[in-house]
Amino acid sequence: MQPSGTKKDRKIYEPILPGPKEWPVVQLSKHRKQFIQEVIDETVKKINSLASDKSSLVEEIEQTLYKEKLRIKQNPWDIDPEDEPLFWARVKSKLVQISQNSNGEGAELVGTVLNDITQRYANEIAGNFKQSRYKIARSVATFGFSRLLNASRVKGFSSLWSNQLTLQDKIHLTGEAEHLRKLAKIGTVVMVPTHFSNLDSILIGWVIQALGLPPFIYGAGLNLFNIELFSYFMDSLGAYKVDRRKKNLIYLETLKTYSTLAIQKGCHSLFFPGGTRSRSGKIETKLKLGLLGTALEAQRLNFEENPESTNKIFIVPVVLNYHFVLEAPSLINDYLKSKGQERYYVESDQYSNSYKIFAFLLKFFTKGSDISVSIGRGLDLFGNYVDDEGNSLDKHNRTIDTKDYFISNGKVTYDRQRDSEYTKMLGAVIVREFHRINRVFSSHLVAFTAFSVLRAKYDNLDLYSLLRLPEEDLIIPYKEFREKFDLLRKEVFKLHKKGKVNIAPHLEGDLEDVIDHGLSNVGMYHSKRPLLKNKEGDIITKDLNTLFYYHNRMDGYGLKKYF
Amino acid sequence: MDSKNTSKPVGVIGAGSFGTAIANILAENSDVVLFARKQEAIDEMHNLRISNGQTLHHKVTPSNDLEYVASNCDIIFPIVPSSNFREAIKDLSPFLHPYHILIHGTKGMDISLPNNSSIEDDDLILNRENVRTMSEIIRDESVVVRVGCLAGPNLAKELADNQPAATVVASHFDEVIEEGKRLLRNDRFQVYGNSDLIGVELCGVLKNIIAIASGALSGMGLGENARALLVSRGMVEMIYLGRALGGNIESFIGLAGVGDLVATCSSTLSRNFTVGSRLAKGEKLEEIMRSMEETAEGINTTRIVKKLADNYKVRAPITQMLHKVLFEDLTVEDALQYLMKYPLNVDIDFL
Repeated sequence: MQPSGTKKDRKIYEPILPGPKEWPVVQLSKHRKQFIQEVIDETVKKINSLASDKSSLVEEIEQTLYKEKLRIKQNPWDIDPEDEPLFWARVKSKLVQISQNSNGEGAELVGTVLNDITQRYANEIAGNFKQSRYKIARSVATFGFSRLLNASRVKGFSSLWSNQLTLQDKIHLTGEAEHLRKLAKIGTVVMVPTHFSNLDSILIGWVIQALGLPPFIYGAGLNLFNIELFSYFMDSLGAYKVDRRKKNLIYLETLKTYSTLAIQKGCHSLFFPGGTRSRSGKIETKLKLGLLGTALEAQRLNFEENPESTNKIFIVPVVLNYHFVLEAPSLINDYLKSKGQERYYVESDQYSNSYKIFAFLLKFFTKGSDISVSIGRGLDLFGNYVDDEGNSLDKHNRTIDTKDYFISNGKVTYDRQRDSEYTKMLGAVIVREFHRINRVFSSHLVAFTAFSVLRAKYDNLDLYSLLRLPEEDLIIPYKEFREKFDLLRKEVFKLHKKGKVNIAPHLEGDLEDVIDHGLSNVGMYHSKRPLLKNKEGDIITKDLNTLFYYHNRMDGYGLKKYF
Repeated sequence: MDSKNTSKPVGVIGAGSFGTAIANILAENSDVVLFARKQEAIDEMHNLRISNGQTLHHKVTPSNDLEYVASNCDIIFPIVPSSNFREAIKDLSPFLHPYHILIHGTKGMDISLPNNSSIEDDDLILNRENVRTMSEIIRDESVVVRVGCLAGPNLAKELADNQPAATVVASHFDEVIEEGKRLLRNDRFQVYGNSDLIGVELCGVLKNIIAIASGALSGMGLGENARALLVSRGMVEMIYLGRALGGNIESFIGLAGVGDLVATCSSTLSRNFTVGSRLAKGEKLEEIMRSMEETAEGINTTRIVKKLADNYKVRAPITQMLHKVLFEDLTVEDALQYLMKYPLNVDIDFL
């Protein structure tokens, strides 16, 4: 049973803007210098307002210096610029000067130091969108991939140039695609996808393009720029760099200001709100709210500048579903280790070089494992659904004026704590939406069933002891497995009816077929397969850790109680 | 004292004894619009300037028009019994906007069950999602997000007598707490802030169970040792339950927790206390309920919380025994006997 997209999934979308000239991101890169200066000015202003006086500002800079020196010493990366030690040495000598100079001159010097640091950070973060590169990357992605696809699927020499199959056959776009396109025309979209694999960035880049949307800007981990292939793609797709090693206030504020201003200028943005890839394989439940907060801030600033502003920002949750996550074994090891009781050695990162990634892509496109991308309904920054015209609606479909959220005593006001509370609320709604639009695949459900059966069988063991059990203790009789799977599938259908989860069409087939489909797809390219049938037809596992990982995908739906 | 808030009056929904008392306190700092649903209550307020036996402050204006209240007041205090709370918010909801601030003063719970099941079913499994606190109802039924609650030792009759007291305003929003303080504070009324909204609401809700039990002890003619035992073990039980239902332990040892618990367990003025006391003297629950003017929230709460404790496996012997007394014909004496023999004697295990 080969699941395929319905006709609707394969729709071709016209670009919503005529040409690159109109793309906000092109506008931004044209005035790059000016924009960076704006970021610097705003950041300096904000940090000055956060620090109560000169001495606390100096303290902040000292902290930054200390943390940066520690990072350079303990965690250097290849892409770090060579003049880093020199720069910070200069900061240090200026700080010494300041401490000897307690009068007016000192204060001025503090200002310069802060400005220097912010300037350095802003330049480091700023993306470098190149239209020509974007075009190349885009055609490589679509043209190259569809060549591969056709060569492998449609037999015959000439099929290399056939257009019979396109990427759309591989990647099923479902959900509110038209709605998203409409929102992108009338406002600024902030897309928030789940994050399971490093492939996500490329996949989302393709989705954005396939939907006819102009490029989105997004913060990509600086570590990814270590790898040439990713670096090339991301630079050209409008990525700005996020260095997770830098946790000092000045850096974080610069980063947030960059994002806020770009959104305010109408650049569609992309955040992975989980922060990093999900280590456990669970759908994110705790979101990093920092960048999400910048969307709220941009919206508030729009209203502050013009109370009648109709420039609205929309949040669009997106869930990516795979049968197979290349990094699963190392991710779950990370997860187990962080929980404190694991003592394996960690395998090297599977994405360590471009060759491996290419090899994976080749495998992926030639062997066929489907991916689905579910696009959720647009939200305003307070978690209300919006309609196609961008109006926020309450539960009774009454229109809400979102400006009212910022109003106290009749005026738009700034209240930091209130804003952060709103961002928390929005985070909770995004998590709910993730679970709601998540598409259950056969492979998710077989993994969940198998692991849960084993978990229940050894309920006297803690998780770690369970994971250390030898293979021969981990056999599940097929009949038992099928019964449980059947039960769970029915429960999933019930949840689906209540609108609490989505399902892939292939899940609805004949029970045995669906199980086989799941078994053959779950983690299909891992050297040690998480699930197999043995000669007797019973269910076995070669790698309980990755099985645990794939099982976690169905966490949070209250299905555990059936064991 | 003159109004510090030059712009708009403050609204109070519900002119029961507590609602009226709060309206009078608010009136010391601002103009107040007091909403009552019943025309007789409005008439009494207009003609005699009296509501629920309390003389109204001259700055209180009665109204029975919800739209008028919502459009004239940015800050509204809904103080209606929990059984009518959802309806009241539903009625108010069409006139509310996200700029409104709602601070409620209702110490009860609301349940919404799937069709064809009832709280009286023995085998009903009650989940947290089926049970809503008042702030959750406001969030469910309206667009208002800046929500807070009032809780603490605030016996309406003492407030009406202008005796000194204090309350807790709880909200996730600092803004709501600050507004609450600004509006309520005066020389005889102190206001504390707390960010654990759910915890503080649960304090007010759960203490009503213990208050009935305290009344029962008193009705049996028992003394202070027994009451102290009940209050401190009741406190522990509230903490177990509160934690399971989403509150922070800290709130329970504050003014809204132990403060309110001590007040309601000692005061013969409280409705819940009265219920317990009359039960101990042998009256039946139906008779007691029939003869009371305002609801004793503790009765309904006991029913709900018992089910929740069963489902979430929380140790709650006092709630369990009280449930038996209220709904399963156990005598107060037998319930006490059981509790005195209760085997688990760890004093404190939650800190």
